[in-house]
Formats: sequence, C-alpha cells, structure tokens
Amino acid sequence: MSIGHTLLGLLESGPRHGYDLKRTFDEKFGHDRPLHYGQVYSTMSRLLKNGLVEVDGVESGGGPERKRYAITDAGITDVATWLAQPEKPEPYLQSTLYTKVVLAMLTGRNAGDVLDAQRSEHLRLMRILTDRKRRGDLADQLICDHALFHLEADLRWLELTAARLGQLQKVVTA
Amino acid sequence: MTPAGSLLAAHDLRKTYGSTPALDGASFSVHPGEVVAVMGPSGSGKSTLLHCLAGIITPDSGTITYDGRKLSAMSDAERSALRRSDFGFVFQFGQLVPELTCVENVALPLRLNGTRRKDAERTARTWMERLEVEDIASKRPGEVSGGQGQRVAVARALAGSPKVIFADEPTGALDSLNGERVMQLLTEAARSANVAVVLVTHEARVAAYSDRDVTVRDGRARDLEHAA
Repeated sequence: MSIGHTLLGLLESGPRHGYDLKRTFDEKFGHDRPLHYGQVYSTMSRLLKNGLVEVDGVESGGGPERKRYAITDAGITDVATWLAQPEKPEPYLQSTLYTKVVLAMLTGRNAGDVLDAQRSEHLRLMRILTDRKRRGDLADQLICDHALFHLEADLRWLELTAARLGQLQKVVTA
Repeated sequence: MTPAGSLLAAHDLRKTYGSTPALDGASFSVHPGEVVAVMGPSGSGKSTLLHCLAGIITPDSGTITYDGRKLSAMSDAERSALRRSDFGFVFQFGQLVPELTCVENVALPLRLNGTRRKDAERTARTWMERLEVEDIASKRPGEVSGGQGQRVAVARALAGSPKVIFADEPTGALDSLNGERVMQLLTEAARSANVAVVLVTHEARVAAYSDRDVTVRDGRARDLEHAA
C-alpha cells in the first residue's frame, strides 16, 4: 500500500496535523498494522519536499512545534492519478485496493471506476496467460492455470466489492 | 454512434419488464471475427442484451444495426430469416433435439436453409471433426456427456456459416476442464472462420478467451470501445 498517497488522500478533505493523520489512517486502514509516528513524519517530509503538501500553520505550545499540513494542487493530481492507475495484478492486493476504494469515497470520486480499472487490468493479464496456455505444453498450462485461479479469486473479490459499494459508502462516510 | 467497421452495434438500448428496467441505456459493438465477452452479475441485463442483439426480443428504444441494416426496420419474418442465415446460437444446456442424432443436430441449420441431407451431413461431419466429436455422430444427445453435447452445439452453431455466434453461458453446466476445451475450440474455430462471437458469461476464466470484454451493471453496458 502507498502510505504517501493514502495520507495525501486523507488531506483532501482539509488540512490536518501529523497526529491527526496517523489517527485517521489507523482507524480507516491500519487495523492490523498501525502507522508509527516516524513513518508519518518521514512521509510528510518527502511529500513536502516534492511539493505535494505545504505547511498550513505551525502551533507551538509547551511541547514541540506541531505542523499542520495541507494538500497542494499537485498533490490532488497525484492522488487522482494513483486512484485511476490499476495495480499490477499480484497476490495480496486487497489491502491496496481496499484503501483506494475507501479513499475514492472519502474524496468524492467514483469508487466503481477504481474497481472497473482494476478488473480490466486483471482480465488483460488473464487473456495473456490464457493465450500462453493455448500455445504451450502441459507444464505451461499448469503454471498458467495456477496464476489464472489466483487472478480469478481477485476478480471475485472485485465483483463482490462492487456489489457492496453502497453499503461501504454508508460505513465510510458515517 | 456505430463504431467504424463493426458488424453488429447497439446504441442506447432500453428494455423494461413491467416496472423493472432490464436495460437502461446499453451500448455495444462487435467486429467481424472478434470475440467479445459480456460480463456482469446475475440479473444485470446481460442475457437481455444478448437477446436484443440477436433480434429475439425487441428493445423498447435504442437502435441495433447489423451489417448496415437496422433490426427495428425489419419484419419478424425478416429477423427470423436473418437469425437462420447469419446467426448461430450456443446456450448453457446445448438444447439439442433429443430425437435426432448428433450429426443430424449439427446439420439442422443447413437443412433448414434448404441444403440437401447428404451435403448438410458432410459439412456437419467436418465441423464435428474440428470440435473433436466425430466419433459420436450417430449417437443421440441423451447418450453423450455434457461436454460432448456442448461441442455438438458449438459445431451446430458454426455449421450454418454464421457471421455472428451468440453464446449464453456456454460452459455454465460443464466442469473446468471440459469448459476450457469448449472455449478453446469455439474461439479457435470462430476466429479462423472470421465469425464474431458475443459471449455472455459471469466467469472470468471463460471471458479470458475473448479479445475484449463489456461489463453490464444495472442494465448499463460499459463498452470501452463505445466510450472512446
């Protein structure tokens, strides 16, 4: 999963502090792997350096300074490009795809488009493997079949998620 | 509206059963020799789309153009004649005529078009050989396996030299191995004879035998070629 893109996406709804970003990330996506503070701040420094976020304000209290980050226009474009770009089909994609679907919903984009783009990419690879299988020997067929069954399982997940987008939208935006 | 070079194209089809919309602005196209998979969940309208394209049912609105002619401008008799001369069909359960032998089933479209029995059966045997079922030519459908029966159905669909084959879940009743073989033989035979195939399926592994796929959701067909 791309933590940078996910944090950027979370900033689309408005400026946030690093702590707030970590809390929201953990709540929405980090069920089994919460972010470390170090990851958040190193990611934000990188995004800042690349012009994808800017510092919106600095609060200084008794403790260390707290920066509030805002997404830039370039950052918004970067999120849109990431969401539109299908992932390379490979095992255990679900967490990245789930993140993309939820972020699309949180940022008012069409989550169905994210799923459709991924579906197309999976089917494209399935066509290549099917063609290789058709031309190959038994060993090729068995190797391609293994990959095809895994891709098919992903596609079933995509279909099921597409059918549950309405439900998910309610949970995500509650 | 109609993609250049397409053999069969539909634009903005709408069809309602009672108060339930089955198609809600579906568009689609297929080129000669192209295999297009129509995918989507159960009840999404994909079979309704296939039946409209094949002229079996008439949409409430929208246009279907086949080889430059509008289906809506044809009479029922003209559409029936078109189905016999230019279209072939493969359904989930072969729908072979149980009283006829397999070779007679394959020869049926030719016989209906007036071909003499001997010539029709000679052509039928050629297709049966291609579909690897020549050894069951004299058996009746009830005496052959599901996979063999489905290959006979594919041979029958191809025997009449159609320009388009409509296949509605052609492997739905078969196990994986037989399903794959049927798809391989169907697509190879269709491509080599430059026959277009409209393949309705909900299985990705079956759709992977196509050149392109169209997704139907809530009666809307997402045809990337049309969107372009």
